[in-house]
Amino acid sequence: MRELIRDIYGTIFEFVRTFGAFQLFFLRLLRYSPKILIGRPGLVIKQIYNTGALSLVIIMVCGFFVGGVLALQGYASLAKFNAEDAVGTVVALALIKELGPVITALLFAGRAGTALSSEIGLMKATDQLSAMEMMAVNPVRRVLVPRFLGGVVSMPLLAAIFSCTGLFGAHVVAVGLLEVDVGAFWQQMRLTVTMSDINEGIFKSVVFGVVASLLAVWEGYNAIPTAEGVGRATTRTVVITAISVLILDFMITTVFL
Amino acid sequence: MIFEGLNLTIKRGEITALMGPSGTGKTTLLRLITRQLVPQQGTIWVNGVDIATLDLASLYQLRQRFGMLFQNGALLTDLSVFENVAFPLREHTKLTGRLIRHVVLTKLHAVGLRGAADMMPAQLSGGMARRVALARAMVMDPEILIYDEPFAGLDPISMGVIVRLVRRMNDALGITSIVVSHDVAEISTVADRSYLISGGKVAASGSPDELRTATSELVRQFMHGMADGPVAFHFDAPDYAEQLLGRGTE
Repeated sequence: MRELIRDIYGTIFEFVRTFGAFQLFFLRLLRYSPKILIGRPGLVIKQIYNTGALSLVIIMVCGFFVGGVLALQGYASLAKFNAEDAVGTVVALALIKELGPVITALLFAGRAGTALSSEIGLMKATDQLSAMEMMAVNPVRRVLVPRFLGGVVSMPLLAAIFSCTGLFGAHVVAVGLLEVDVGAFWQQMRLTVTMSDINEGIFKSVVFGVVASLLAVWEGYNAIPTAEGVGRATTRTVVITAISVLILDFMITTVFL
Repeated sequence: MIFEGLNLTIKRGEITALMGPSGTGKTTLLRLITRQLVPQQGTIWVNGVDIATLDLASLYQLRQRFGMLFQNGALLTDLSVFENVAFPLREHTKLTGRLIRHVVLTKLHAVGLRGAADMMPAQLSGGMARRVALARAMVMDPEILIYDEPFAGLDPISMGVIVRLVRRMNDALGITSIVVSHDVAEISTVADRSYLISGGKVAASGSPDELRTATSELVRQFMHGMADGPVAFHFDAPDYAEQLLGRGTE
């Protein structure tokens, strides 16, 4: 019994300690961010290319097919009520408010988050971060902050592109295959989707961008500097980001409703 | 506890070798000297300053006077050889691109790798990577150059080149060199003073010749590479015969 209490105490203590360190780490990144954005924009642009531009293919392909599936499912359900023309609205609201930011964040964690974690973890394992320290270069500032900012900037842009290609996929399926009237498809969408819906999507994608990028650099920076440690950090990045994004999505949706 | 009662002085302008059996904490000692690690007890004075008391800005200022050659080179894998050597200059100086090019090519020429300037670290052999790392370590003209196992895993030609470079850098630039190594033969040819570390303290010190002729069993075992002596070859283990016959633990 005493051992059980000690274990529980140890677990809680470790969780609080890690959470505190995580918050301090986030504050460190925020502290250096303005200087890097203004003083070294080239470093951030390179990371926007790495995390954003290189994720475009997966985001656009997935967006297109998610939009297509939503159109198929929406059409099948709405046809029961003779409301097929509303399929554009259903797809748009689902994509802009929910699926765009959430699926983009999950894909981002899988494509860019893992790349960030493993890159930083390997830099640590091969003494590259220690070498920077020895060259009087702060690795948090030089390596982590540009990668974090690159992810934060890329994520909302990727979510917007995901939603746009999703709408295009829905258009192709609904108008091209299911013969929904093209005017009704777009007009109903224009009348129903409001600016607050778009703002909700933008807000979510920004929050998810911060969370996914922060977790990726945190896990990489704190990886055990071995092959196994880096592998574990990469896996944890995906798992923790996925859970965090879904929980946060629920919380933000509750607030916006 | 890794060190207990360890006390050593590294003289300015000399090449000091830190030697000792594997696992005695030589690399840890280097990390303490450069404050990559902070000692729980004791003090480390560098240029008259207790390095543990420095704030981050002062520490980084001090580290600009250090150069360090890591065991594996630790080159930045996303940068070319040229950019790796140029890295400290780009981070700490406002030199023009032309001047940086001049300095970098000079340093690369000194290590014989001017022709590899456009190569990526993945294209280099172990010896070449270490020479590039040496060029990077000295690009800011440091006062103290630290080498962590500079000869490990090198072929005889690369090893000879590195040995000569260590001596030449020290003499030409008047810097202080600290070399961690257990390659007794190589380090003895360049070191002015050697410390043999064992059991968390300095077991012996002196010039390489003094160590070679020392009577201490530990020093003799280490300097002459003998299997039997105070440092056991075998790690603590149960009885060999019993373990083989399965009477010990699985």
